[in-house]
Amino acid sequence: MSTTRVTSVRDGIGESARRIDGVPKVTGDYAYASDLRVERMLWGVTVRSPHASARIAAIDIQAAAGSPGVAAVLTAADVPGRKTFGLEFCDQPVLAEDVVRYVGEPVALVAAETLEQARQAATAVTVEYELLPSVTDMAEALRPDAPRVHAFGNVLRHIHILHGEPDTAEVDVWIDGYYETAMQDQAALGPEGGLAVPAADGGIDLYIATQWLHVDRQQIAPCLGLPEEKVRVTLAGVGGAFGSREDLHMQVHASMLALRTRRAVKIAYGREESFHGHVHRHPSRIWIRYGATRDGRLVAADVRLLLDGGAYASSSPAVISNASTFAPGPYEVPNVRVEGTVVYTNNPPCGAMRGFGAPQVCFAHEGAMDQLAAELGIDPIELRLRNAVRTGSVLPTGQVLAGSAPVREVIERCVAMPLPEEEPTAGRDPISYPGGAGNVSRGESLQRGVGFAVGYKNIAYSEGFDDAAEATVTVRPTADGPVASIRTAAVEYGQGLYTILAQIVRTELGVDEVVVEPATTTENDSAGSTSASRQTTMSGGAVLGACQEIKRALADRPLDEPISRTFTYHHRKTTELDEHGQGDPHVAFAFAAERAVVEVDVELGLVRVVQVAAVQDAGRVLNPQGATGQVEGGTAMGLGLAVMEEIQLAEGAIRNASFTDYLIPTILDAPPIVTEFVEVPEPDAPFGVKGIGELATVVATPAVVAALRAATGRALNRAPATPEDIVGLRGPAESGERAPIPNVPGQKAIPEYLGLGLGQQELMKARE
Amino acid sequence: MVRTIVNGVEHELDVWPGASLLGMLRDDLELAGSKNACEQGECGSCSVWLDGDLVCSCLVPAIQADGAAVRTVESLADGGTLHTVQDAFLRAGAVQCGFCIPGLVVATADLLEREADPSDETIREALAGNLCRCTGYQKILEAVHLAAEELS
Repeated sequence: MSTTRVTSVRDGIGESARRIDGVPKVTGDYAYASDLRVERMLWGVTVRSPHASARIAAIDIQAAAGSPGVAAVLTAADVPGRKTFGLEFCDQPVLAEDVVRYVGEPVALVAAETLEQARQAATAVTVEYELLPSVTDMAEALRPDAPRVHAFGNVLRHIHILHGEPDTAEVDVWIDGYYETAMQDQAALGPEGGLAVPAADGGIDLYIATQWLHVDRQQIAPCLGLPEEKVRVTLAGVGGAFGSREDLHMQVHASMLALRTRRAVKIAYGREESFHGHVHRHPSRIWIRYGATRDGRLVAADVRLLLDGGAYASSSPAVISNASTFAPGPYEVPNVRVEGTVVYTNNPPCGAMRGFGAPQVCFAHEGAMDQLAAELGIDPIELRLRNAVRTGSVLPTGQVLAGSAPVREVIERCVAMPLPEEEPTAGRDPISYPGGAGNVSRGESLQRGVGFAVGYKNIAYSEGFDDAAEATVTVRPTADGPVASIRTAAVEYGQGLYTILAQIVRTELGVDEVVVEPATTTENDSAGSTSASRQTTMSGGAVLGACQEIKRALADRPLDEPISRTFTYHHRKTTELDEHGQGDPHVAFAFAAERAVVEVDVELGLVRVVQVAAVQDAGRVLNPQGATGQVEGGTAMGLGLAVMEEIQLAEGAIRNASFTDYLIPTILDAPPIVTEFVEVPEPDAPFGVKGIGELATVVATPAVVAALRAATGRALNRAPATPEDIVGLRGPAESGERAPIPNVPGQKAIPEYLGLGLGQQELMKARE
Repeated sequence: MVRTIVNGVEHELDVWPGASLLGMLRDDLELAGSKNACEQGECGSCSVWLDGDLVCSCLVPAIQADGAAVRTVESLADGGTLHTVQDAFLRAGAVQCGFCIPGLVVATADLLEREADPSDETIREALAGNLCRCTGYQKILEAVHLAAEELS
């Protein structure tokens, strides 16, 4: 069992340095969490609820405990410490105790000598359930007579933003839009997994795939009844994440089994369990109104937003805040009202996924901007250019956009890219038709359409949270010249962070060989989460700071002995939202635009995305190849939500928990993507950089669906747009009544008013 | 008992009767390069050669490897020298999280053994059974062309 230490020897900032972890990844040697093994390890398996809402009347583990090879069977009674965990509130049971609140909720654990023995024994755990009423519709969850998912009700958080006078502003034209997005799965190729090894001191050594080692430890230790220093968490290889690994999955479970059996325990989810074992992207319903003057100036926006948070809080309070603050789009709108609600339901929990609330509202505001352009008879690009924010603009929260905001250049360069050539409808390679591999069309009823979207998103954590990042850089003299190493608890999960960090060291210190040591909680303090497009800024800033201190120390002496510096990088302070949703909540912003060209078989409802042109505001590009890779991959994920990706639920149960039934884009679905970057440095950010990991996903979905509208002439208002929608077998999603505004004490999450267990944000604040 | 040759080495293995070839490779032979990402032949992360044919090893019972020769991603690099396809994936920037890459490298090597200079369409069809969630496939397409050039 080992994790992978990686070394790189070429290229600094601004160059397309090869991936520092690339060689072991192409040879198969890179040790992912699910690859770890030690002698005499046991296999752990999780017993999960088949019901969306039920009381646990009894659990009989006798038969399971007596099954061949079984070393332990554990239930909620065996949780050594606190019974619940959670990123923002501790509302999620480690194992369900009295009730289950979603299909797939963990109820019991089994450890056995082999995986098959553990699986067999798990089927012998008998749980007696008494079914309870469930609520699996987000609008129904707001009704006063709805079954309560938690005792305090179904409202998790409501955000109220009031800016200017949206009710009385003078408006020539109002347009009304209604948009929906589906529950999307991160579908990282590497399923959840890891290894827990009991230590001689009574503690635990955990090797896992995660996004934030220290916040995992903060949640794991209390549940195990251990002090944090006895929970040592080391990063194993991470096979993608996209938000799905922000919440705990098998960490406490494997540790409980290891502490009980005094043996190492491995848990590795299969694909079906992975769908049940991590949070998803919130499904959304969005009612959006824009008011404008005849000549196309936005005057007012009124947005009602409803997100389905599922059974537990996860990061929903932050997601609804993000979604609400971005709901009116990257436009100057002087009068704004946003009412955003995230509710509990008995659906699987939703939380972080690439874009974090921005994709849902971007789908709505970009659709609505196209509606408004049509209503006013103004070119939709021109309408966006007239209203786009710029440096100095006042955002709906009252925040002044202080950083770089080259929105016009992003839009203009995107639409200036040459369109792909028209293709003949007949006589082509069959694979080039929509549905080509299925050999179903010869191009009889093809229509081409072009769609456009622009969007924006915050970088790093918001609302007053100080997600600082620490890193240590060491330089040693050797016979072959100096060698540098980086120690950080920051997580690399594929986006190229470690390569960037090594590039920074090479550029700053002029050292050729840079090693990145395995990330662990034992050597460094927190680097914060690898999410929110923040690590290049935050851990990049920490590594840059450490390098600069080393340079200062070596200014007047030679490198004759190892020198090491640790630096902690903080972003600028932000504030919470006041009672009208006003404040200075976000650190910085990045913008992106995409233009999609689609070809649709309008009789069969089949789609081929012909090309996507992407322009990303990047501040400064540190690794061009890596940056384009982020845009291309992010675009494919947004394209997936536009045309195929949807977790289908029936009474709260996932009906398509497999890659046979939950479709993600293949190489046949992925279009050529032309990417350009706009580089206007962000003040105060290291190298002027902006994170770019999420925005392509945010804008791709509305761009592709806009192109489908153009091709079909249909008012497609739901993502994904299915073949039924495209051929008109199913009409637009019906808006129904606007979601009511719940009666809440204020802007904070409801569990916070009730003093329910502290989660990550409060714990981090408490340490300041 | 399964008698099989894996990457040129003979093995005689007492595997669980329900084991897949992927399970045998990963758990009995500790060759973890072939990945388990979907367990039903949809993602290609477990791609290996069985008697020269490209298969999803998660769909092949281990017993079917009895008397057969298996070649895995671990066979491609020659000591410290990467296979041309592996090097092309790195040069093209086609690797992010990397979980799908062993399967894609094997499938690409298989394609290029059959077709020296494949068109975009041919590449897309050949790799349609390999899911990647990180890259959007553009740099994978470029990597295959790079490798084809290098090999010709």
